[in-house]
Amino acid sequence: MNKVNKVKTGAGWKELPIGGTLPAASALDYKTGAWRSFVPKFDPNQCTHCMICVHYCPVMAIPTKIDENGVKGWKDKIYKGVIRLETNLDYCTGCGVCAEECPTGAIKMERETWEVKL
Amino acid sequence: MSKVMTKTKRVPLTGAEAVAEAMRQIKPDVVAAYPITPQTPIVEIFSKFAADGIVDTEVVTPESEHSAISIVTAASASGVRAMSASASQGLALMVEVLPATSGLRLPVVMAIANRALSAPINIHCDHSDMMAVRDLGWIEIFSENAQEAYENMFLAVKLSEHPDVLLPSMVGLDGFIISHGVEVVEIFDDEVMHNFVGDRKPHLSLFDFENPITVGPLQLTDYYFETKRQEQEAMKKALKVYLEVGKELTKITGKDYPYFEKYYLDDAEVAIVVMSSTAGTAKDAVDELRKEGKKVGLLKPKLYRPFPYDEIREALKNLKAIGVLDRAYSFGANAPLYTDIRNALYELDKRIPIQSYIFGLGGRDIFKHQIKDVFNELLLGKITKEEKCIGLRE
Repeated sequence: MNKVNKVKTGAGWKELPIGGTLPAASALDYKTGAWRSFVPKFDPNQCTHCMICVHYCPVMAIPTKIDENGVKGWKDKIYKGVIRLETNLDYCTGCGVCAEECPTGAIKMERETWEVKL
Repeated sequence: MSKVMTKTKRVPLTGAEAVAEAMRQIKPDVVAAYPITPQTPIVEIFSKFAADGIVDTEVVTPESEHSAISIVTAASASGVRAMSASASQGLALMVEVLPATSGLRLPVVMAIANRALSAPINIHCDHSDMMAVRDLGWIEIFSENAQEAYENMFLAVKLSEHPDVLLPSMVGLDGFIISHGVEVVEIFDDEVMHNFVGDRKPHLSLFDFENPITVGPLQLTDYYFETKRQEQEAMKKALKVYLEVGKELTKITGKDYPYFEKYYLDDAEVAIVVMSSTAGTAKDAVDELRKEGKKVGLLKPKLYRPFPYDEIREALKNLKAIGVLDRAYSFGANAPLYTDIRNALYELDKRIPIQSYIFGLGGRDIFKHQIKDVFNELLLGKITKEEKCIGLRE
């Protein structure tokens, strides 16, 4: 089967892959964080690392890692295994789903104040 | 017509049964469809083939035509061969997805048992369903009878899946008149017909995990236009490829697969242009008028999208008058087939008188004597700017 190559910016219709098909994960090149008017403030001390926010995030902007030593979180307990990291603000659109779904209130939405660095 | 050695059987079948036979031989991997008169028997019979283990097809029975077309479109993106069938309101319900199938360049093939659109609700034949979707990037082929519908299914699959084309196709057969009428159909050998289409060789697949792809990303002011220009190019190439795959099919069936059929056209003074089953009736009318010494002929378009403008102009250029019979309105405008034919003639130096006729809406019968009346009007030069209706009560 053929491989789809990355599109050269501004390519003409004869060069583009047919039907608009692109390589996977092409959205990585598109910093949707620029859309944001609210920003999530994450308090690791309130987090149980339940992964609800990770799965709800529409742009997959909440990264995780595996940490067997664990990190301190909600009620000063140590949470081991898959750990939620800080939201990637390059992609976070500020929709607030994470804050809405968080069972412990570890995420609060605040008005974004832009210092534009694109 | 060349002599062929392909094993065949001649069996009495309805058009729907003939299309189901074609699908059995084509062996699609996925079929999803929702029942709608007069399409229902096509998928009903095919589902029986699947249930009986005659075909190894995943038959999906979703809750609507919108889902059916979504399923076959997605299945096609995974790289398998996917087919459906519908008619009238069912096709209308698919409309949201139809330009996605073509825009994503997925070679889905559907049989359409042409039926009038509501309202008033009506289950009988006209072409308002396929005419309504003629600008959505699907190849459209119309069939005169069950035999043509059977053979057009193979043409459509091979044309759609051709690497220069990669566009979906609809094969139209007149609802009830062809879908439910029994005629003797020549069914060619299973293996030969399957080998003609072969297995689908997809250019890309969502299931190619070594080369993951994004299907259907957003394209705004920056890329959308280019992608649509590619689609127009694919339609142009489809004109060429249609004849190529037709020639390959000729080796099996011994029949020709031109863009349109010419019947006593070359020396005709006046001619009718009409598609599908009515062309059969028109041939009888031509036969009788020829016996009276009248130089009348017929042009029956088979490939409707893409439209072969140049070839049609060439075929009609020596006529003294043309009547175009449409089985659909284009409300507020000239009828669809009439518009295309008139458009094709624009490059001629002389202006051929051309009359638009509407007939057969909602399954209204059209008789041989009515078609003979049309020919006689054309011979008398009774051409007007107004659309005329055949068989309408004033």
